[in-house]
Amino acid sequence: MPKWGISMEAGAVACWLVAVGDEVSAGQEIAEVETDKITGVLESSWAGIVRALLVDVDQDVPVGTVIALIAPAHVPQHEVDAAAAGVLLQTSDGAGDPAGGPVAGELDVDGRMISFAISGPERSDGRLPLVLIHGFGDDKTSWRLIQEALSADRQVVALDLPGHGASTKDVGDGSLAGLAAAVVGFLDARDLIRVHLAGHAMGGAIATMAASSLQAAGRVASLTLIAPAGYGRMVNADYLRGVAAAETRRDITPQLQQLFADPAMASRQFIDSVLERKRIDGAGAALNLLTDAMLTGSESAVDVRPAHAGVTGTCVAVWGSDDHIIPPANAAGLPREVSLHMIAGAGHMVHLEQPGAVADAIRAALGAL
Amino acid sequence: MANRKISYREAINEALVQEMERDETVIILGEDVAGGAGTPGEDDAYGGAMGVTRGLFGRFPGRVLDTPISESAFIGAAIGAATRGLRPVADLMFMDFVGVCLDQIMNQAAKLRYMSGGKARTPVTIRAMYGAGLNFGAQHSQTPYPIFASIPGLKVVVPAGAYAAKGLMIQAIRDDDPVIFCEHKVLYDEKGDVPEEAYTLPFGEASVERDGDDVTIVAIGRMVALAREAAADLAAAGVSAEVIDPRTISPLDLDTILESVAKTGRLIVADEASPRCNVAADISAQVVSAAFGDLKAPIRMVSPPHTPVPFAPCLEDLYLPGAEDLARAAKFVVEWSR
Repeated sequence: MPKWGISMEAGAVACWLVAVGDEVSAGQEIAEVETDKITGVLESSWAGIVRALLVDVDQDVPVGTVIALIAPAHVPQHEVDAAAAGVLLQTSDGAGDPAGGPVAGELDVDGRMISFAISGPERSDGRLPLVLIHGFGDDKTSWRLIQEALSADRQVVALDLPGHGASTKDVGDGSLAGLAAAVVGFLDARDLIRVHLAGHAMGGAIATMAASSLQAAGRVASLTLIAPAGYGRMVNADYLRGVAAAETRRDITPQLQQLFADPAMASRQFIDSVLERKRIDGAGAALNLLTDAMLTGSESAVDVRPAHAGVTGTCVAVWGSDDHIIPPANAAGLPREVSLHMIAGAGHMVHLEQPGAVADAIRAALGAL
Repeated sequence: MANRKISYREAINEALVQEMERDETVIILGEDVAGGAGTPGEDDAYGGAMGVTRGLFGRFPGRVLDTPISESAFIGAAIGAATRGLRPVADLMFMDFVGVCLDQIMNQAAKLRYMSGGKARTPVTIRAMYGAGLNFGAQHSQTPYPIFASIPGLKVVVPAGAYAAKGLMIQAIRDDDPVIFCEHKVLYDEKGDVPEEAYTLPFGEASVERDGDDVTIVAIGRMVALAREAAADLAAAGVSAEVIDPRTISPLDLDTILESVAKTGRLIVADEASPRCNVAADISAQVVSAAFGDLKAPIRMVSPPHTPVPFAPCLEDLYLPGAEDLARAAKFVVEWSR
């Protein structure tokens, strides 16, 4: 988004003059851009092929935001996708309240407050709601690159686990069973009778445990596990302890850089937003309790394989091949019938690094339900 | 995320409310911190010269004390009370008044812990307004925080916005040492995203407000917003500026500044305090001393001129640095060569 004039702070593409796949030359007009002062035409600074258009028409973005990617034809698609994801991550981190995003809410569940964000239509033609459960030290905004896309035809609810985000910082004894009970309590309080569950990392283990306890009542239609904890003993214990103990940006930065295949994706805004939530009173103590419950020495103390044995229904797993937190080798611990999607070149935050691939995997689990 | 936009003033008020609820040893004292004390009802309590302590008088009976007009008395009392187990938040009101209570701060609060071998602690927070821009004249518009920064034993906090103001105030109250909490009077209505819950920000950690490669702009207090504006204008001119807000000038996060200078090689420091012996001069000297080899150009300090703050509005406008002054200084160091 260009800066036209000293006072321009933001603009929107009024209409794209090119499409993905078009060849453009330097100086060619590629978009009409509207600001609160003028409408003008943006010319391409480079020659090449239009590989991605990153903003919607009429979407207001700050000056300097990357709005399109142009590259020679020989640049592989996965590099374009990774660059696009990086841009979208930065844009969403740096943005204030996006207009038309998920709607936030709060619910009292057995005396503890759970914060959540909901998107999608109220009436969804029988399509069951999807409930998203984030991982350790994360929060409901972790799903920001896929929540809207998945909510075209159904309700999608992302919640903050106890100890995280804007939810209560009371994590009880710190056990994942306790957090799974909180998730089930949330579903009950929200009248979410039959749902699809998807969880990332620690949230994946929690999703399995919740699914197991809901199985008898037939309340879980599918389970998607994204780099889940609890299927193998190997885990990056230093990361967990490091994040729990970190008090400063200097201390937490090298830890958060391990979350991505490309450490540069741990942008300043990403790190600042993790710190902002961690500095809330009680959040640090909650993370310490969880870390103690999840580790014995440098190995994972969490084993959800027995719980998974009781879960029938579709189960899909997604893992980044370069996951430095929960190694993809742990996928060997998944039950045989789980369909595994390994995403080449992605790290632990695969739903931020390759959101399209993760959304596709979730859709495979959702099926027609 | 339970964030919402509240003002700098409201953020400080919220910090005080949440800490006073959590810890009954937190008290507030100063001139008119309740305001209209002795008159009935909440409506009469204005809550400080700029309304920062509004609402606290009724909410915390007996813990919000209007004092006589004697800084030496009530600042001294706050420091003494701190040594005896309370956590006072004293309102110095205008930092320009520090002259009449400097002994209490400099020779007592700052030194009691040291001179008692750690037996005495003074967990006092002293709030004060600083800065020009409201035509309050020479004796009500100064930026005296360099005095405090130069005194060992004091922590000096200069929040630039609402989010930092709340987190740093909560940290200041919980800190067991004397903290001088500097509020720029022009910032009180500025809104920012602030979590509803209580949270702390550590002292000695700078905030990187904007990433850049060509020049580092360190800015303090109200200068941070000007630095962001200057950086946007510089970007239009093809210069990528990194903006750093130290947040606390004592302890100072020199490491973050040095890391930035190692990347950019060029530094300007914007400080509203009078130019002789201000924090810009201190930071510049420390950077030259530690990182001379990283510098590609001289350091530029952007401060007002060495004069009292004018009362005439047109002169006060000239006195204060503006975004264009920061941008000009940045361009100077970027274009400089031997």
